[in-house]
Amino acid sequence: MILFDTVTKSYPRTTRPALDSVSLEVERGEFVFVVGQSGSGKSTLLRLALKEEVPTSGTILVAGRDLATLPDRKVPQLRREIGVVFQDFRLLPNKTVFQNVAFALQVIGKSRSIIRQTVPETLATVGLEGKEKRLPHELSGGEQQRVAIARAIVNKPAILLADEPTGNLDPATSIDIVALLDRINRSGTTIVMATHDEEIVNTYRKRVVELRLGQVMRDQSRGGYGIASSVVPHGERPRPRSSGMPPREPGMPPAEPGMPPREPGETGPVTRQRPEVSEVTR
Amino acid sequence: MRATFMLGEIGNGLRRNVSMVVSVVLVTMISMYLLGLGLLAQRQVDTMKDYWFDRVQVSIFLCVDKSLYPNCAGAATTPAQRDQLQAQLEQMKPTVKDVYYESQAQAYARFKEQFKNSPLGDQATERAFADSFRVSLNDPGKYDVIASSFQGAPGVGKVQDQKQLLDKFFTFMNVVSWSAISLAVLMVVCATLLMATTIRQTAFSRRRETGIMRLVGASNLTIQFPFIMETVVSAIIGAGLAMWLLYATVRYGISGYLSNALLDTAFIGTADVVLIAPWVIGGVVLLAIFTSGFTLRRYLRV
Repeated sequence: MILFDTVTKSYPRTTRPALDSVSLEVERGEFVFVVGQSGSGKSTLLRLALKEEVPTSGTILVAGRDLATLPDRKVPQLRREIGVVFQDFRLLPNKTVFQNVAFALQVIGKSRSIIRQTVPETLATVGLEGKEKRLPHELSGGEQQRVAIARAIVNKPAILLADEPTGNLDPATSIDIVALLDRINRSGTTIVMATHDEEIVNTYRKRVVELRLGQVMRDQSRGGYGIASSVVPHGERPRPRSSGMPPREPGMPPAEPGMPPREPGETGPVTRQRPEVSEVTR
Repeated sequence: MRATFMLGEIGNGLRRNVSMVVSVVLVTMISMYLLGLGLLAQRQVDTMKDYWFDRVQVSIFLCVDKSLYPNCAGAATTPAQRDQLQAQLEQMKPTVKDVYYESQAQAYARFKEQFKNSPLGDQATERAFADSFRVSLNDPGKYDVIASSFQGAPGVGKVQDQKQLLDKFFTFMNVVSWSAISLAVLMVVCATLLMATTIRQTAFSRRRETGIMRLVGASNLTIQFPFIMETVVSAIIGAGLAMWLLYATVRYGISGYLSNALLDTAFIGTADVVLIAPWVIGGVVLLAIFTSGFTLRRYLRV
């Protein structure tokens, strides 16, 4: 469904690439957590999949399309097959819940009858029945994120990309939101969720791809947030998995807490690292 | 559905942006009004040229009693001198197309008729006019031939080329016309920049909407169309008002006033406004589409 083959992305005026020969394959119907500190390349990964950015080198295939050869006028077609959810919800403040979700269909030219049928269905899926006429500021953060998710899936995309969707939410609400994403995943939608919510990753035991400084440090099915033993030394990064959905086995060994040791000489953006380190090792 | 949705978006955009829309409308109106004036002045020159170059004549004024022309030496032209001049003119065909003699009384009557609505007509006396030969030429440029033959001849007061008088007038009209057009060009630059600024600002204030549209896969046309249409609608309103103002100017200023005051001159009419209006409005629409397209390319990532 999504294939990254030795993808490198360097932003102008930076010394270190945001992504450094990343190879990754996500199968249809998978649920993947992408973890890593701020600046590790999670968002760049998602933006590349949307063709919001173009890689410096390497090949990206999304939903059967080679993004390098995809002409600009076909990019909207690609994005219609990908739903996106953000940390900051990005709802339109002057439109109601219904209108926010309907907007995604209106701007791609769907008919009024399709909108009247699909939008209430989708709102029911995300658990917002009866709140169609509310404005975003009248909703809680969790409800706003549900609206954003409804907007992302209303056109029934094959892929849902979530960029730290629980970043603004309290732990209990975060669990609800991921449970919702899990339900959407079970109906066949491929989900890639960037996060640094340790608890969620450890609870769900999905496939975990850990990025650090733009490189894949770990690609593990049924992984935890940070497992010291799973750190693969430099140069021996695991090849992209090609198996299908990870089986949901009960009784997995619990994840060992703690961050993998930082290698000497590695420097990242310091200011944003501190809280995450403490969050992980608390 | 799609059309209703788009129209709604355009309407919302115009409502939310009233002050900018009004400024675009006004600047477009003024620029198009000036441009229209310039174009109409050009048409006026053309109209008058058509009218006058058929009628342009060389006048050979004869001497009257106590004439002020130095060549007359205070004495009136004798009938013999007059017949001599007439014969000489007849000989000069085909350079000369036509000759007719206008007496002092006829000249006075013609003047009275022309200026019957003006106080000038009442003040003039017959003595202020002179007998003259009105000579029309096959080629109005051959004035020199007549002038060299008759200037200073016995009984001739003055040889006057109407074309030279008209040329002065046409030069003046051209200056007026080009000044108006130059001002209009400046104003068009102004209007273009204002449209671009408006779009930039609108694109910025709506970046959330356009960002979402982009993410859910709206086509570039869908994203840009409301911006372009808002500019086009403002520009059309502005140009429409300008044409209406121009129509009023011609209707009440020229057809309603000048034409009555100056009867023997051909003036442009409201038909000329109707003639230039589609071009001006069409031009404004193209300008708006081009400006907004270019600005959106720079400021609205798609």
